[in-house]
Amino acid sequence: MAKARVKVPRSVKKGQVFEVKSLVSHKMETGLRKNKKTGKKIPRDIINKFTVNYGGKEVFSADWHPAVSANPYTSFFVKAGASGPMILKWTDDAGKVTEKTVKINVSG
Amino acid sequence: MGDIMKKQIQGILIGAAVAVGLSGFAGVASAQDMIYKAGDRQSGYMYAAKETQAIQDDDLGNPAYIWVDEGEALWTKVDGKAGKSCATCHGAESAMLTDVGTRYPVYNAKLGKMQSLEQKINEERQEKMGAKPYKWESKQMLSLTVYMRNGSRGKPMNVSIDGPAAKFFEAGKKFFNQRRGQLDMACKHCHEDGAGMMIRANMLSEGQSNGFPTYRLKWQKPGSIHRRFRGCNKQVRAKPYGYGSDEYVNLELFVAWRGRGLSVETPAVRN
Repeated sequence: MAKARVKVPRSVKKGQVFEVKSLVSHKMETGLRKNKKTGKKIPRDIINKFTVNYGGKEVFSADWHPAVSANPYTSFFVKAGASGPMILKWTDDAGKVTEKTVKINVSG
Repeated sequence: MGDIMKKQIQGILIGAAVAVGLSGFAGVASAQDMIYKAGDRQSGYMYAAKETQAIQDDDLGNPAYIWVDEGEALWTKVDGKAGKSCATCHGAESAMLTDVGTRYPVYNAKLGKMQSLEQKINEERQEKMGAKPYKWESKQMLSLTVYMRNGSRGKPMNVSIDGPAAKFFEAGKKFFNQRRGQLDMACKHCHEDGAGMMIRANMLSEGQSNGFPTYRLKWQKPGSIHRRFRGCNKQVRAKPYGYGSDEYVNLELFVAWRGRGLSVETPAVRN
């Protein structure tokens, strides 16, 4: 289960700096916890890479480490270029990718 | 990376990290209509740190909304032998969803006792849908209860305690005031006499239930009021009762009445 929520303004003006808010569902298992019954370590499974593509290039990226909470929230600012899709991509240790595409409407 | 002005990541270390991550983005319209104080009663929101309040105020920053989305999908998902979903009978945009969070637990004449929302869901799943009941703290049960109570967000808590419910209300009240465990403490000692005081590093709240199922940062997911009851009981070194036990359903009724008039905040965010 990995679901994402992303919020961008309904429309932005060209050159405007706007905020993108994102939330992704992930258990973010640190790899430091032990299974209480067996005493074995629970293997690490976190989202280690978050990238955002907009207008054909990467506009934001982050490397995440085990201190990031479960269900991580990220917000960042981007300058509006042309209308088009913004692709947000989260990759976890297991190689599973959660992708969400939002449309950016640029007016003027 | 040239276009980035600021990057903000909410880390596990909720102090400074969240304060930076959410500064200035609180204040969703609906958050202003909430009743956090009713008479002498205050929601747990008033006792939460302002960084925690900020997460709750922002519907996108509030991680529990992932469960709301999931619950909305479950509401219309067909399950069981009868080939029905919740929405088959109740409708996708049921009016019931706008106040169900304020009313439970309610008296069930057939069972002759109080019934919580979780128990009602499982009853309907078994009897009407021919489906397997959900486990109490399962992802599905939490998603569905979070979704259903979220529909009542902003409405005042209003449980019925008269008529057949009166007896169970008294039982819940007795539980609340009864000492238990090795520490010999009752619910009231912390949550009535001690509300607003510190217990080690934590601020004691009044123990209001209007935000449940609540997303606790410690749990890193939403949890039911019964999970909270069990946690409290363990902390006074008492043996907790089971999920959905009569004792806890009665207590849930009393606690809901204690919070009468406070807005339903589900899914609230607490530390």
